[in-house]
Amino acid sequence: MEAFILQILNGLDKGSAYALIALGLTLIFGTLGVVNFAHGALFMVGAFVAVTMSKLLSLSTTTIDPTRTDFLGNPATIDTPYVVNWFGPEVGATLIDWAVPLAILLAIPVMILFGFIMERGLIKHFYKRPHADQILVTFGLAIVLQEVIKYFYGANPIPTPAPDVFRGSFDFGTLLGFDPNTVIYPYWRLVYFAFAGVIIAAVFAFLQFTTFGMVVRAGMADRETVGLLGINIDKRFTIMFGIAAAVAGLAGVMYTPINPPNYHMGMDFLVLSFVVVVVGGMGSLPGAVLAGFLLGILESFASTTWATNAVPGINQIIIYLVAMIVLLTRPRGLMGRKGVMED
Amino acid sequence: MTDQTQHIATPTSEPAKPARKRVGGGILGLTRKDFALLVIVILLTVLAPFLLNPFPTDSAMAQFNAGYPDLMQRFVIFGIFAIGFNILFGLTGYLSFGHAAFLGVGSYSCVWMFKLLGYNVLPGIGLAIIISGLFALLIGFISLRRSGIYFSILTLAFAQMSFALAYSVLSNPKFNLTNGETGLQVYTNDPQIFHNPATTVNAPHIFGLAMRETETLSLGRWDFQFNVGYYLSAFFMVICFYLAIRLFRSPFGMMLRAVKSNQQRLNYTGLNPKPYTLAAFVISGMYAGLAGGLLSAMDPLAGAERMQWTASGEVVLMTILGGAGTLIGPVLGAGFIKYFENIFSKINESTLQAWFAFMPDGMQDVVVAIVYPFVGKGWNLTLGLLFMVVVIFLPGGLVQGGQKIATVFRRDRKASGVEDDAAEQRQAGE
Repeated sequence: MEAFILQILNGLDKGSAYALIALGLTLIFGTLGVVNFAHGALFMVGAFVAVTMSKLLSLSTTTIDPTRTDFLGNPATIDTPYVVNWFGPEVGATLIDWAVPLAILLAIPVMILFGFIMERGLIKHFYKRPHADQILVTFGLAIVLQEVIKYFYGANPIPTPAPDVFRGSFDFGTLLGFDPNTVIYPYWRLVYFAFAGVIIAAVFAFLQFTTFGMVVRAGMADRETVGLLGINIDKRFTIMFGIAAAVAGLAGVMYTPINPPNYHMGMDFLVLSFVVVVVGGMGSLPGAVLAGFLLGILESFASTTWATNAVPGINQIIIYLVAMIVLLTRPRGLMGRKGVMED
Repeated sequence: MTDQTQHIATPTSEPAKPARKRVGGGILGLTRKDFALLVIVILLTVLAPFLLNPFPTDSAMAQFNAGYPDLMQRFVIFGIFAIGFNILFGLTGYLSFGHAAFLGVGSYSCVWMFKLLGYNVLPGIGLAIIISGLFALLIGFISLRRSGIYFSILTLAFAQMSFALAYSVLSNPKFNLTNGETGLQVYTNDPQIFHNPATTVNAPHIFGLAMRETETLSLGRWDFQFNVGYYLSAFFMVICFYLAIRLFRSPFGMMLRAVKSNQQRLNYTGLNPKPYTLAAFVISGMYAGLAGGLLSAMDPLAGAERMQWTASGEVVLMTILGGAGTLIGPVLGAGFIKYFENIFSKINESTLQAWFAFMPDGMQDVVVAIVYPFVGKGWNLTLGLLFMVVVIFLPGGLVQGGQKIATVFRRDRKASGVEDDAAEQRQAGE
């Protein structure tokens, strides 16, 4: 029982990342009808926004302290971050410590702007082109983004720690009446799960309860009619693209403490997120979220020792196997509707 | 379509002749135009060691030569891969994003034949084609349940799964099929039952003639290299090319085009397109398997990275760059990409400095700093940009680009001709 709960918890953080990326993919797909192969790259760009934030915050002035020497006998150099100079040692240290959550503030405008530029500059010209062209051009963009990041940040993963407060683990076992230390779960993953929940809820609320969201939903159902009613649906779809980019970027920002970002993390996540979208049902937002969590949890169950002992390497392929079975039995995915992307 | 091409190709022939006879007629069952194309391709591949080696060996331009065995082998092998991909994508419009899986499967099968039977390449290549065909049948059967984007995503997922399988799952001590990260290779304690080290060479060979064997012909300052492996691969490529022409011109190819242009209408006429698309998928998978087998035959080491999504993306790019749906396009694209990959990867900062040395000092540094990220290790960046540029501005690829230029010239001539006519008429009217 303990092990069971532990695996479900373990699956939640990866599932959250899948769900967030798949949500963005489905949003873009549902509104603009474009398959965005660069969406994983947006996730990666988000992660590197967090890296940049933590680097920015620890930008330092170097002073030489003549009273002390380092181990070579030279005068010691002391790096003082600017934030410490500006806000005093305590606030400065806290700011540096909280670099990843603070990066959210930077990531939202950056990612939305990024999304706007991408949609207006590139995707816009591909609405009337075949899907194959859309896939290819966004695939090319993904390669370019990946290589640009590699050029500036190097090929190695960059560890970016979570704030000190969230370093430890939470003992679920005592809460649920099991022995202590049986079901422990890192705080940050809990934060990530909660964060994903908030974002998903916010996106759904935005689409469901605002006039803007209503128009967007109407546009997803019948773009032409909405346009005929005198509504500039293109503009709203562009904004939705920005939002989808921001969702992917935020997912990336918060994921950095779990997995140090490297330049190819986007593609690794993208392939799985596509599988998630297909399993959930193309064009279905709840389907994407549901399938994201389901597959994340399944993957975590497949990683347990008894599963890998039974079938070696099952954790690597379980998602694809499940996708295969789902497609063979329910070709439209779990919650796919008829008539969505059937051509 | 057959009638039409036939008609265009040989305008003198009488359209009343029975169709069957005409298809069977011509040389090797090809029209004169197609036969000319085939002859050109054969000549190009046979003479490649000369054509790709235009610069003297000791000159500064020698780094742009492509006439050495390793690169020429890659030209033709990836040419086969791209021709096969084009049969699927160019004709049916189904964009497979996981074709590298078949390449990888072919490579592994070929190396296994080396390990079990011996170094003769023919069983390996044969098995590579068969196994990848079966693999394509399985993947195609599932993936072709959906079309469009679903299909692309499914094939991508399958390829990634195959990569994961090859990279880690199938290389555990209990059952080691792929040898994981190290890559599958031949060890001295392998059975190799038909291999006799005393009489035959200890490397991939065809009836005793080693793949790596190279004759060098020195003519003045030029060194031309003739490699056994290259000519074997080129032989296979010519056959593949011939088969592709026949397939493009056949009623089967016609059906595949029909799938691309309007699948719904095909359904309405009571035809089930699935067997046709599945057959195209399997054929193109077998082409990829052949290419993989040949890769292993040239260098008996098969690694999982051949199956990665970047490799799948590369063959898509080759086909698109050359011109999807055209016969010669994929071969051109493959050559183009492999050539520039090779050249770009070799350039380093000092080469660049030497190139731009004619510029004023400050400017030279600026230009080098701008160009540097795109060469050497930055080849992937250039590849990605190229991908975008081609898809945005030249969806028909190099072949379409060539045709566009040709029409511009022709239109100029025609336009001036029309003006002349108009002038004449005016004069006549007056």
